[in-house]
Amino acid sequence: MSQKKKGRGLPRASTSGGGGGYDDSGASGPSTSGGGDGPSGSRETSGPSTSSGGGGLGFSQAHVEALAQALAQAGPSQAQKKPAKRTEAQIQQKVNELVQFLLVKDQKKVPIRRADMVKTVLQDYKDMASVIIERAGQTLEEVFGLQLTEIDRKHHAYILINKLERLEGDGMKADEGVAKMGLLMVILSLIFMKGNSARESLVWDVLKKLRVDPEKRHKTFGDVKKLVKDEFVRQKYLEYIRVPHSEPPEYEFLWGPRAAHETSKMQVLRFVAKIQNREPSSWVSQYNEALQDELASASASASASASSGN
Amino acid sequence: MANFMTDSHRQFLQVLMSNGIIDAPEARRVHRLFCEQHKVYYAHEKLDEFVGVINTHLHPLFMEIRKGRSEDNGKMFYALVNLAITEATKLASDYAENELELFKKTMDLIVESESGYVSSTSILNLSDKLQSKKMKKKEVEQVLQMFVQDKWLSEKQGDYTLHTRCIMELDQYICEMYQDAKKCNICHSLAIQGQSCENCGIKMHLPCVAKYFESQPEPHCPHCNEVWPHETRDLVQPDSQLPSSTPRTTRRVSRSETK
Repeated sequence: MSQKKKGRGLPRASTSGGGGGYDDSGASGPSTSGGGDGPSGSRETSGPSTSSGGGGLGFSQAHVEALAQALAQAGPSQAQKKPAKRTEAQIQQKVNELVQFLLVKDQKKVPIRRADMVKTVLQDYKDMASVIIERAGQTLEEVFGLQLTEIDRKHHAYILINKLERLEGDGMKADEGVAKMGLLMVILSLIFMKGNSARESLVWDVLKKLRVDPEKRHKTFGDVKKLVKDEFVRQKYLEYIRVPHSEPPEYEFLWGPRAAHETSKMQVLRFVAKIQNREPSSWVSQYNEALQDELASASASASASASSGN
Repeated sequence: MANFMTDSHRQFLQVLMSNGIIDAPEARRVHRLFCEQHKVYYAHEKLDEFVGVINTHLHPLFMEIRKGRSEDNGKMFYALVNLAITEATKLASDYAENELELFKKTMDLIVESESGYVSSTSILNLSDKLQSKKMKKKEVEQVLQMFVQDKWLSEKQGDYTLHTRCIMELDQYICEMYQDAKKCNICHSLAIQGQSCENCGIKMHLPCVAKYFESQPEPHCPHCNEVWPHETRDLVQPDSQLPSSTPRTTRRVSRSETK
């Protein structure tokens, strides 16, 4: 999936990086301390060297910390509002730990909740969560080419999206994950070609025609129904919902938010066209829809990069 | 030039995260491919500089791309390793506690063995010696399979040794933790697999043995000059430790591998 996506044109991704990080504990967090990072960081890192060289000029890091701690102990009620000031190095440490955590967690492709980041990594830096998450996102993008994207605003869940285009023979490991992505691509195509939703029974029928019998254990995919209904849904590639007003209940599949981030309607249409050896534009309504989608994401990413690039 | 990452660096890093370890020819191939793809400066002899740039960005994250030799065939490899590891139990947060204990105990056996290889039977016998939570033999077999797939162990005809990637990541730890751990008399790096002198006890990697004794019809120990008691020819089987393409389980090691 990620290997199929193009480098740019991820509509929601860049907006969530910039403005999506509202934290319930302190709305002023991202803007104020985010902006103040640079100067305060450089001041503090130069702190120790001046104090060791010249003696009493200015506060050393330890000094500031001790002071902050004393203040915090003096007034616990105040301390809750204004936690001890952290040094840039301490914050950077948390950013680096969070990057590691996200890389590990992403391997299962399950969205990572902000609550889990706080619980496992950030802990008593909870008040700075938005800043730290944003900076971890910057590092992931700069070093690994992965984009940290908030996929679920309500639950503050994040995923990593590969920003780099896959190449022929690029040396990425071809494991059963790749085969699964092939299966997923078929299902995404089916959903899109059927008007953005596909009945469960239809999906199973199509897979059966492709000799992936959902009733039988598959050599590569194992339990096919479980893979499609559980794993792909958990990874947010698909959504599985009850068809409204169906009685007895019937279910259908839709694209999940990860699918929209990692691929596009146009890419899926091209995939279908290639298999059927037709021109993408020969499916008029799908082609127009895909085209519109492409234009929308292009303008979204253009405005996002304009705003983030200063 | 200096220090900044381009997409070619990022893509190179992603290949290492995906594979864990790649051999030098593959590293050279993708280095060239990505530099050409992203139209950045390429010179084939600059691979290590290229890796160096990535490493300056990885170090703050306690990671590093390391270059090292396989004990099997002496070939050069590049691996993505974790620097924050102070104890082997941290090697993967994805493993259960008893699985980590099994790995630790297996590593004990391997490091303390003469040849660097331990039979699957001896490892299976660890199953009821685990303190955290006992495992059935069947489970041990599965976990071993996982260790092999995740490139912590490598297997040869039912015997297990540490995978090249594992040695590259843990060599310092092993040298600190095991008094019995020996260094190769020739190349002076940690030697897990190898041959030892029966007289003075020095150890040598197999590729180092093969190279050192190449032109000597009657090999003698380079340290004590006693007759070398092992076979010194045909030790190095080509391609025996290339990254395997065996199908992986759904479990993965916590590398970034970053994987």
